[in-house]
Amino acid sequence: MSRATLSRRGFISASLIAGGGLLFDLAVPIAKAADGTPVIINAFIRILPDNRVIIGAKNAEIGQGAKTMLPMLIAEELDVDWAQVSIEQTHADAKIFGGQSAGGSRTTPREWLPMRQAGAAARAMLVAAAAAQWGVAAEMLTTGSGKVTDPKTGKSIPYATLAGAAAKLPAPDPATLKLKDPANFHIIGQSVGGVDTPAIVAGRPLFGIDVKLPGMLHAVLETCPAFGGTFKSANLDAVRALPGIAHVLTIKGDGTPESGYDGVAILAKSWWTANQARETLKVEWDDSAVTGFSTQGYAAQAATRAKGKADGNIVRTGDVDGAFASADKVVTADYSYPFLAHATLEPQNCTALFKDGAIEIWAPTQNPESGRGLVAQALGLPPEKIRINFSRIGGGFGRRLMNDYMVQAARIAAQVPGVPVKLLFTRADDMGRDFYRPAGWHGFRAALNKDGALTAFHDHFITFGKDGKPVRSAELSPGELPAGLIDHVLFEQSFLSTNMPTGWLRAPGSNALAFVYQAFMDEIAAAAGKDLPTLMLELLSKTAQVSQGANRPPFVTARARGVIEKALAMGDWANRTALPKGQGKGFAFYYSHAGYFAEVVEVAVADGVPKVRTVWVAGDVGGHIINPINALHQVQGSVIEGLGQALAGQAITQVAGAIEQANFDTHPLQRIPDTPTIHVEFVKTDYPPTGLGEPALPPVIPALINAIHAATGKRIRSLPVTAEMLV
Amino acid sequence: MAISLTVNGKKRQVEGDPAKPLLWVLREDLDLVGTKFGCGAGLCGACTVHVDGQAVRSCQTLLGDVKGAAVTTIEGAAATDVGKRIAASWIAQDVPQCGYCQAGQIMSATALLSQTPKPTDEDIDAAMIGNLCRCSTYVRIRAAIKAAAA
Repeated sequence: MSRATLSRRGFISASLIAGGGLLFDLAVPIAKAADGTPVIINAFIRILPDNRVIIGAKNAEIGQGAKTMLPMLIAEELDVDWAQVSIEQTHADAKIFGGQSAGGSRTTPREWLPMRQAGAAARAMLVAAAAAQWGVAAEMLTTGSGKVTDPKTGKSIPYATLAGAAAKLPAPDPATLKLKDPANFHIIGQSVGGVDTPAIVAGRPLFGIDVKLPGMLHAVLETCPAFGGTFKSANLDAVRALPGIAHVLTIKGDGTPESGYDGVAILAKSWWTANQARETLKVEWDDSAVTGFSTQGYAAQAATRAKGKADGNIVRTGDVDGAFASADKVVTADYSYPFLAHATLEPQNCTALFKDGAIEIWAPTQNPESGRGLVAQALGLPPEKIRINFSRIGGGFGRRLMNDYMVQAARIAAQVPGVPVKLLFTRADDMGRDFYRPAGWHGFRAALNKDGALTAFHDHFITFGKDGKPVRSAELSPGELPAGLIDHVLFEQSFLSTNMPTGWLRAPGSNALAFVYQAFMDEIAAAAGKDLPTLMLELLSKTAQVSQGANRPPFVTARARGVIEKALAMGDWANRTALPKGQGKGFAFYYSHAGYFAEVVEVAVADGVPKVRTVWVAGDVGGHIINPINALHQVQGSVIEGLGQALAGQAITQVAGAIEQANFDTHPLQRIPDTPTIHVEFVKTDYPPTGLGEPALPPVIPALINAIHAATGKRIRSLPVTAEMLV
Repeated sequence: MAISLTVNGKKRQVEGDPAKPLLWVLREDLDLVGTKFGCGAGLCGACTVHVDGQAVRSCQTLLGDVKGAAVTTIEGAAATDVGKRIAASWIAQDVPQCGYCQAGQIMSATALLSQTPKPTDEDIDAAMIGNLCRCSTYVRIRAAIKAAAA
């Protein structure tokens, strides 16, 4: 199909597609970004002659439900029945579709208005076409089930009949569109199953690893186990001589993990054959600059740094020294957590075809435009010579916000023009070439006055940094609670250096900070002779809002109190001491990704083994739960994943610059027997809906840790939890 | 030399190394990509298929091991009554999130229900413990197996 050039005012065009269907493309620039550039929202709405509607889903589907949810928003305002709708994944092009990254739980808040406006714009044009045909005012007409109706005459016309005329009309100004009264929603708020679920259950090809092109070769990529090592030499000819090997190529990286390091690629008609050849491949790397990094080294340095002066302040408010000097009681504790891998079940992969100075890419990526930029740089290609197609993604969790596999596939493909190449990591490649959730160490102090009120809070955060700044996902926000709720706060940080690439793991930052902050707050509450929810409710009653910085909604304490009170009621918190010995309930509250979550965990500990029995979750993500069944699934998955981070034995460790773990035996995930009963309720408040992929995860970890304390009297201050900590 | 086997009820001949894992034979030689590669070490269960009715990890099963055997993959799983019930139940419960592990989950669940029509929670744990779900859809996997058994 051909597509007209997009104008700033927007366009709509109709043309015949193969088979005689009418293609009804809608592109509506909706708003201007902060920097003045137009944010272009383009919903492909195709209305077929039989009045079926095909809606383009513009974001990557990583299991968060975006491929179902975004079209629901369009379909609602287009006023069609969900049964009429089929969904197609769009390709990646920010110029046409606007932002297409899937991360930070930002899809919902970003798209809630523009996707509905896209549907409403198309509906308005269809209504205008009917009004013109009947010679009546558009305001007199109604819509429903993909038809325009004149209530006066009772006559109806299906959208398919109107699409051609509608497509010739000017696109309406989005600001003039009247969106539906939520009372009339018939799709938003209804549980809609995943659009790909039947294809998944049937085993159809959907994922990046399933891409197949004529004449395609399969590739494996060997890189230096120690991050940053460079290529010196290899027995390339010995590998070339093996049966079935098509090419053995040296790949020149740019020395960054984001674009990719040096490597040796082996290409064959069979991936298995290519991978077997790695047993023959012997590479000499120059890794002398990076073999000094190790987990033991970081721990020793962190212990030393904890005793000394911090590198700098993140935030200092009030009179911290005075508050500690006049404290009735000072609570101190040291907390830490390890590096973690993403371990998406679909290993990183990408297919690329370089031909005639252009490249086409089939990538399971959460962040295509970033990948386009890196590929353009690596290959010296203009961005418009790079076409990126999405595939369904076998787990994102933030790993595929990075595009190293895409760039490496492109580098390999560029060496074999005209031949499509699929690069696939082994599990060991995948675990050893991740962008890890960074480890961290927190030295905490808290001051209580004689009334048991928290007056001052001090964290010396030892994290990883480069050039005086935290590395990716190793930041601590100056707004981290209890900052903003008490007067005297000091957050300091000190930096260790590492060669480990770091990155965003589901609820980045928060997945670690919730543990240390809410577990330490439980210690503070105990020292003050109260329980954690009581302490939190006291703190949250003093202030209405806490700023989260520019361009972020403020933290609203009433919303926090709402979910806390809900979770306490759900989890029968008042009667928690009635549990038998060895069992306990713990509580935590955490705010992240604009979502408010309070959770209660009930745990039984026997012979040093904690077993989580029940988790109660109360969340506030605004006034609408767009797809309730998926919302429930996101929370269930977040809870179990969080419990796994604490209990399954996950910790990525490093020796001589390289990762020790290579598979699920040494970096385990939760398995089915570890599944608790999970109760979920949403507190609806009058705010626009926000994302659910992440915010339910962070609080389950401290709620568990606090429950273990209630059950055993033992404070866990380091993850993962081990049997030795509990016996 | 060619090795004969039956895959989803069809006789197939595969030319290849008898040491090649069945997983890659299915994906590369027979164009059945529903069976997924997750770990290559029998640790995640994403590659689960049936060989003569038993759930096995196809990454740990070699082509030479399945000479003359009957292999069922996700593409053929719904051919039996149990397979149909499992598939319908998986859709009704909307089990998948990312969906990558689900072929393996369904093959393990189908083998379980074929042998144990009314499984207890313990039976489900024992049969499904080898199948990882990174999205943690376990609540619904359990529910879907129970619904299919009812």
